[in-house]
Amino acid sequence: MARELNSNLPEGPIEQRWDNHRFNIKLVNPANKRKYKVIVVGSGLAGASASATMAELGYQVDCFCFQDSPRRAHSIAAQGGINAAKNYQNDGDSVYRLFYDTVKGGDFRSREDNVYRLAQVSSNIIDQCVAQGVPFARDYGGHLANRSFGGAQVSRTFYARGQTGQQLLLGAYSALSRQIAKGTVNMHTRTEMLDVVVVDGHAKGIISRNLTTGEITQHSADAVVLASGGYGNVFFLSTNAMGSNVTAAFRAYKRGAAMANPCYTQIHPTCIPVSGDHQSKLTLMSESLRNDGRIWVPKKKGDTRKPSDIPESERDYYLERRYPSFGNLVPRDVASRAAKLACDEGFGVGKTGLGVYLDFGHAINRLGEDAISARYGNLFDMYHKITDENPYKTPMRIFPAVHYTMGGLWVDYNLQSNLPGLFVIGEANFSDHGANRLGASALMQGLADGYFVLPYTIGHYLADAQPGSVTTDDSAFRNAAQDTDARLDALLSVDGNKSADWYHRELGKIMWDSCGMARNNTGLKQGIESIQSLRKEFWQNVSVPGSAKEMNVALANAGRVADFLEHGELMCHDALTRAESCGGHFREEYQTDEGEAKRNDEDYCHVSAWFYEGENKTPTMEKEDLKFEYVKPSQRSYK
Amino acid sequence: MTTQNMTLNLKVWRQDAPGKKGKFVSYIAKDISPDMSFLEMLDIVNADLAGQKEMPVAFDHDCREGICGMCSLVINGKPHGPDEGTTTCQLHMRRFTNGDTIWIEPWRAEAFPVVRDLVVDRSAFDSIIQAGGFVSVNTGGAPDANALPIAKEDADMAFDAATCIGCGACVAACPNASAMLFVGAKVSQLAKLPQGQAERPERALNMITQMDKEGFGACTNHYECTAACPKSIPLRVIGEMNQDYTKSLIFSGR
Repeated sequence: MARELNSNLPEGPIEQRWDNHRFNIKLVNPANKRKYKVIVVGSGLAGASASATMAELGYQVDCFCFQDSPRRAHSIAAQGGINAAKNYQNDGDSVYRLFYDTVKGGDFRSREDNVYRLAQVSSNIIDQCVAQGVPFARDYGGHLANRSFGGAQVSRTFYARGQTGQQLLLGAYSALSRQIAKGTVNMHTRTEMLDVVVVDGHAKGIISRNLTTGEITQHSADAVVLASGGYGNVFFLSTNAMGSNVTAAFRAYKRGAAMANPCYTQIHPTCIPVSGDHQSKLTLMSESLRNDGRIWVPKKKGDTRKPSDIPESERDYYLERRYPSFGNLVPRDVASRAAKLACDEGFGVGKTGLGVYLDFGHAINRLGEDAISARYGNLFDMYHKITDENPYKTPMRIFPAVHYTMGGLWVDYNLQSNLPGLFVIGEANFSDHGANRLGASALMQGLADGYFVLPYTIGHYLADAQPGSVTTDDSAFRNAAQDTDARLDALLSVDGNKSADWYHRELGKIMWDSCGMARNNTGLKQGIESIQSLRKEFWQNVSVPGSAKEMNVALANAGRVADFLEHGELMCHDALTRAESCGGHFREEYQTDEGEAKRNDEDYCHVSAWFYEGENKTPTMEKEDLKFEYVKPSQRSYK
Repeated sequence: MTTQNMTLNLKVWRQDAPGKKGKFVSYIAKDISPDMSFLEMLDIVNADLAGQKEMPVAFDHDCREGICGMCSLVINGKPHGPDEGTTTCQLHMRRFTNGDTIWIEPWRAEAFPVVRDLVVDRSAFDSIIQAGGFVSVNTGGAPDANALPIAKEDADMAFDAATCIGCGACVAACPNASAMLFVGAKVSQLAKLPQGQAERPERALNMITQMDKEGFGACTNHYECTAACPKSIPLRVIGEMNQDYTKSLIFSGR
């Protein structure tokens, strides 16, 4: 297995690198494209846009999703917006500024080349989406509206009320649907990928399970693209959809693909607090709310008065106090940690004390209820429905929650993993956000990868591959299918008496305590031990009724939880090894006197890429050094 | 409004496979907090079943924040339950009272066959979108996004139609199992935008033809669809679609 990590970065001034690279990589003759088959796993922004675009170019595409329709992928739940360096507001934005903000926002742990390319293609994304009929917000002159979004001092975020992800995904889904109708994309719904098939070191197919019938199928292809999203659900409670899982990425890892920076997790500052043990997921309140809402806690510890009874002089608007220039708009990692600190010190609000106020009182007085409703109406309604409290009358209560994972499978500049033929796009890869993702950048990256990067770079690999050279007759397919059957049988034969969900919840608690918003050496070591013993118990006592030959939601779920039980441990190893604080990774031993994250550029200015070494063995790590030629690493300051 | 934990009598539709005979099975849901969502209540029932080594009740769900359109369920005869403009995942148990009996069924429509228990096959909706619910534009080559101003009113109306989540409640609510609100939402969205004009004449025709082929009924103005719609898609979209449909029937000569 290739353990060398060659990032294949292009040469020249950064503005010209993507152009140079596109010129230098190989092309596939238009007449030959139809001979190549590409498998895409996932139908979110990255998967749907990549499938549609590759099919338009002429490739045969097979796209897989576990939901009943590609339109359900979790990209749909993104609320706030999508960044693009259009400078429509004439407020000084540029490709370079978006690049700069993203590298800095990622706390200098991303690749400059990738980020610059992302900023370059951001404008094309908006053009493409508008052409598809995506109804972005507009001003009265009929032009596109923008807003500023967490951590940015320019208004570069395009949005569609609080449902931007939904509208962008439906755009990509419509492009995908058009190709399905043409027969250029073969869509497999309610189908889960359970293994990658590697032939002579190259990814040449997958093993899938039909979630309706239980049928196991072998699929061969000339290349495999994983667009399977992030692994935030390892914490059980997160803003991810219930079905979001690490299985596709983790099976690739077990077949030799490197997992990069798995400990980089984004904890989003504005979510609805947990209300009880029954809770199955956490709901995000878009960070755009911080544009008009002011965050505060009472100045007195354990103050149980109603928020309206607490006078201005007894409120601590702690973000405005600590970060006067960015105030409530500091990046997510900073806002989350500040909320945790306020609650840890006993200033938290609500029944559990794990919450802070997000108050619209001032904004409503200044702009009127109608203006606030036009901006955030659907978010206010959602909050009201879930909490039974009216945010127009009383401040929202919010608390940080796991939202996004910056880590993921390692990829080079072509978005190809260290396994040739295996490409990884969107949240599933690690490449663009470093240690912290800025708001409105996830949608940008998913669509950049799918519409404007992968469709070119995959050609460079395919041009050297003989189309259809591997078929499912190869023994690797039979072996992988047998492994899959054996694994399903193993889950079914445990015959214990606790649901997989129970183990998932326990894992979530361990992860949150040991590898959550703050981590330390002792906690991480304990976490690893606890996960190992929980995993052992899972394999002795999980209850998976029924068979593998039918729709069996318990079986599908147990398989995903089993992978989370291994992935969680990997995250702890990564967090333990990274003895510095950066972005969303906060090691308590490494902080400034003011309690901010303290990086160690001397020793940790690298990507940590982890390799699977076998069942119950400690994984090994290779480093990819990061170079900063343009944005010089500095202590991030939002004061 | 209940604040104490509740015990509820559930009558849940269980069906092993498509075409198999199904039946209502009684379960007791115990210790249900009013702050739980309806699906979290079902999670508790399923955890109990797992302890007894019985098959959990299969139901579709994913985002649990009311946007993916995956959850369904007819609750006491109403798609997505009693609350207006609310998906099942956003329905909270505080809407029920201790001791209530709750009937839980799948969507019932010929075009949405039951897969298992409460799960139905809604792929007919995908087929309708594939018949024309898009603008034919390849990636690349799009003009600058601000090159074509769109009146805010039109953009807002397009947006209102575009909020459809494709859950199928409109079909489940309609006595004819018609999909007109779903199809109308997409036709209307694209008809309000300049980008949708080039293919406008064929779009309504092709999508409605596909809708008929999938076995959905026609609209006879019961308006149950818009009442059940968790996104409150306005009824006007059906009228707008019918206008486009009639125009293209006349001018296309089909």
